[in-house]
Amino acid sequence: MALAQASADAILVADDIFVQFNTPEGPITAVDNVSFKVRPSEFFSVIGPSGCGKSTLFNVIGGLLGQHQGVVSVGGETISGPHKSIGMVFQEESTFPWRTVVDNVAFPLELVGMPKGKRAERARHFIRMVGLDGFENRYPGELSGGMRQRVSLARTLASEPKILLMDEPFAALDEQTRLLLGDKVLQIQQQLKQTTLLITHNITEAVQMSDRILVMTYRPGKVKRIVDIDLPRPRTSEIVSSEAFGRYVAQIWNDLREEANRGMRDEEKHMLNQDERTA
Amino acid sequence: MTLVVAHTRRSYRSYAAPMVGLGSFIAFVLLVEVLIRIGALNRFIIPAPSEIIASFGRLFLEENIVQRFIFTAAECIAAGVMVTVCGVTIGVVMQRFSLLQRACETWVAAFASAPLVLAYPLFMVIFGRNAWTIIMMGFFSALPPVILKTIEGISGTRKVLVNVGRSFNLTGTQQFWKILFPAALPTIFVGVRLGLIFALINIVGTEFLINFGGLGQLINDLAERYDLAGTYAAICFVILVSVLFFIVLEKAERWLRPVD
Repeated sequence: MALAQASADAILVADDIFVQFNTPEGPITAVDNVSFKVRPSEFFSVIGPSGCGKSTLFNVIGGLLGQHQGVVSVGGETISGPHKSIGMVFQEESTFPWRTVVDNVAFPLELVGMPKGKRAERARHFIRMVGLDGFENRYPGELSGGMRQRVSLARTLASEPKILLMDEPFAALDEQTRLLLGDKVLQIQQQLKQTTLLITHNITEAVQMSDRILVMTYRPGKVKRIVDIDLPRPRTSEIVSSEAFGRYVAQIWNDLREEANRGMRDEEKHMLNQDERTA
Repeated sequence: MTLVVAHTRRSYRSYAAPMVGLGSFIAFVLLVEVLIRIGALNRFIIPAPSEIIASFGRLFLEENIVQRFIFTAAECIAAGVMVTVCGVTIGVVMQRFSLLQRACETWVAAFASAPLVLAYPLFMVIFGRNAWTIIMMGFFSALPPVILKTIEGISGTRKVLVNVGRSFNLTGTQQFWKILFPAALPTIFVGVRLGLIFALINIVGTEFLINFGGLGQLINDLAERYDLAGTYAAICFVILVSVLFFIVLEKAERWLRPVD
C-alpha cells in the first residue's frame, strides 16, 4: 500500500532493499533496508564511502543482481531484471572496441530493428549531444578515457531510457575532465529533463549535479540522510566556487567523515587479520 | 635543425635492427661458405650456400616447385578452413557447457603437445595415401590451439561488456553474436594463426613421410636422389613460404582488428 502511494509521485522506487553476500568469513550485509524514491526529471545521487554497497545498489536497481530482498519499481511496475526504462552507464570503460563511435551509439537502435540509415542519423544526434561530432568514425581505442565515457553515455541515451542510472562514470578521469564532463551531463539532463540516478563517492560531483543526495553509512549500507540541494538551475561547474556549494560539501562531508573513518579502520583490521592468517 | 637531427636518428633506429639482422644472416652464410671451402665442414653433409643458391633455378625449371607449392597451399587452405570452422565451433560449445569444458580442456591441451605426426600410418589406413591424409593431419594438429584460444577469448570477455548486454536486455543469442563473439575475435584469431602454422608444418612433414603431394614430397625426392644442394634449396623455399605465410597472417590480423 505504502509502495503504491509512493509510486504515484515517483518514477523510481526502491523499497526496503536488503542484500547479503556469503563470504568465506561468513555472511556480509552489503545493503540494509535502503528505501528511497526518485521523482520524474530529478537528479538524485547516492553517495557513501568505499565499501558501503553503492555499486551493489546500482546492480540491484539495474536488475543485474537477482539475489536481494525488497522491491524496485519503475512507474509503478515492479521489476525483477534489466528493464528497458532504465539505461545504465558503468564505472568501467564499456564501449565496444570493435565498433566505431557511431556504431557503438547506434547499438540499442540496432537491437530494436531501426533501419541502418535512420539509426546512424539518430546516433549522430546523440554523438553531437555529448560533444563528439567529428569522431563518429573513430574506434574507441583512438579516443581518450573521457571521450569513451561520453560514447557510453550517448549509447545509453540513444535507448531513450526513462531513468539514467550511472555508477561513478567519471571515477577513472582526472579532476578537470570530471568537472567538464559533469557540466556536459548536467546540460544534457536539463535539456532532456532526464531522470538521473548517480552513484558516486565524489562529494563535489554529487553537489554540483544533484537535486537530492542520499548519504549512505559504511557497511552495512543504510540510509544515513537525504539532503536537498537547493542551488539554482541551470548549473555549471562554476557553481563549485559559490558559498552555498561549499556549505553543502561541508555538510555532506560531516556526515561522511565518520563513515569513511569506520571504513578505513575496518579495512586495516581486515588486512591485519589476513596477515595473521598467512603468518 | 634539432628536428632534422631527431628525425634522422629515428629513421636510423628504425632501420638499424633489420639491417643488423640481415647482416648477421649474411655473415653466417659467408662463414659457412668459407668453412666448407677450407674443408672445416664436410661438403657431402652440408652443401655450400653458393651451391644451394645456384640450385634454386633448377627447382623452378626441372622440379615444378610452383605446382608443388600450389598443391601444398591448397592442402593448407582446406585444412585451414576446416580447422577454423570446427575449432571455433568446438571451442564455443565447450565454453558454453562448463561441464564439457572442465571435462575436456585438459585433454585438448595435452593433445596440443602430442607428436601427432607419428600417427600418420593410422591416418593412411583410414584415408589412404592421398591428399586427405595430409589435410587431416594438418587439421588435427591445428585443432587444439584454435579450440583453446576460442575458449580463452570468450571466457576473457570483460564482465562490464556482458553487463552492458544484460542492461540492454539481450537474449542469449544476441549476447553471443553481438558481444561475446566479437570481443573474443582477436584471441580467436591468435589461435587460428597458431593453428595454421601448426597445419603447415604437419602438412609438409606428412608429405615428406608418405612421399605424396607438394613441397614435402619434393624434399623427400631430392634427398633420396642425394641431391643435397637441391634438398637444402627446397628446405629454404619451405622456410621462406612459412615466413611469408606468417607475415600475411599477421597483416590480415591487423587489418581485421580495429584499434584496441
